[in-house]
Amino acid sequence: MTLIHEPKIEACLRDILQTVSDPEIPVLSVLDLGVIREAIEEDGVVKIKVTPTYSGCPAMDVIADDLKAAFSKVGKIVEVDLVLSPAWSTDWISEEGLKKMEAYGIARPLSETKDKDALLGNEKLVKCPQCGSTNTQLVSQFGSTACKALFKCDDCQEPFDYFKCLK
Amino acid sequence: MEKTALFNYILGIADNNLILGQGLGELCGHGPNLETDIALTNIALDLFGQTRSYYQYAAKLSAIHKTEDDVAYLRKEREYKNVLLVEQPNTHFGYVIARQYLFDVFNYLFVEKLQHSKDETLSAIAKKAIKEVSYHKRFSGDWVKRLGDGTEESNQKMQEAIDGLWQYTNELFEMTEADEIALKAGIGVNLSELKEAYYKEVSEVLKEATLTIPENPYFQKGGKQGIHTEHMGYILADLQYMQRTYPNMTW
Ligand SMILES: [Zn+2]
Repeated sequence: MTLIHEPKIEACLRDILQTVSDPEIPVLSVLDLGVIREAIEEDGVVKIKVTPTYSGCPAMDVIADDLKAAFSKVGKIVEVDLVLSPAWSTDWISEEGLKKMEAYGIARPLSETKDKDALLGNEKLVKCPQCGSTNTQLVSQFGSTACKALFKCDDCQEPFDYFKCLK
Repeated sequence: MEKTALFNYILGIADNNLILGQGLGELCGHGPNLETDIALTNIALDLFGQTRSYYQYAAKLSAIHKTEDDVAYLRKEREYKNVLLVEQPNTHFGYVIARQYLFDVFNYLFVEKLQHSKDETLSAIAKKAIKEVSYHKRFSGDWVKRLGDGTEESNQKMQEAIDGLWQYTNELFEMTEADEIALKAGIGVNLSELKEAYYKEVSEVLKEATLTIPENPYFQKGGKQGIHTEHMGYILADLQYMQRTYPNMTW
């Protein structure tokens, strides 16, 4: 499954893509987030395929503009195409991206079954990004953006976002 | 499948999302508490996102409507094909939740089947949507149980909502001409086949929520043919105001 979804990104374009960040979680680059599905240079034009995390994700238009701006700095023209299939999954966030996310204060997505248990309040599984305790509770299934849920740590008392599993 | 028929088929799906999303968007900043406020507007955003994908596709097929915005904003009331359920007004929170739940169960069953459409675009939209709709259903279902099996007052309000909205559920499964054509082409979903699973699932949740299903109901329909309830005009007035007043405006 992971092989089929492996994005086709030309090595020479990676450095610039790495400088374009997700407007909602600025510590993550679009590569870390796994939304770039293809980036190739053809006849002097950089063609990029982007997939949204959620259908209504308002960050998509911003990402498309940022990509154009980043490449125009090095004199390259960009064509951005939005693709829906295959649908984005939290599995596509890179391990490096997950670490950056945690350091930023957002708990990383659990596996599908554990995510369900955590969101239904059946089990305490989400780890507080501040103190590392799993003595946490769900405040709201929906957080500051559609991709996150709001949690609270019962040890350090800090509220925090949990990035929901999406498969 | 012929373009006009496909266009009509897509609107039959997308208009439900648009109108329900518009109703939920109205609640932004007015939810009973912060969490439910955020949840309802997040659901609205998902629905708009899905609608946008459908309308972008529809605009490619239409000779009259050039862009997704034209499709969304520049039709007359009779041209909107949403079911009556989604245009029912925001009254109290229990009513909003009941309307949402009764739609979410249908929507989940629907996109589950639409994933297998022979039309690649519709299948891709559905595969994206199903992940989102499963969250919606979990949210609204939890609240149906919480309010139904809650205090005497919340139970009573929830029961009133179910009694009021139940008459609009049957229309969800009505097959229009566009539905029939799309089904034959291997593109559309057989709505009548979803009916049994829908009522089974809803009945179980209502039972758990200590709510009862209205006996001998009379079912209303008409939305799919563009014959709407009195609420629709107000929704469209809000929705279309900017484009009607300042044609072609953008920001
Ligand atoms: Zn903590």
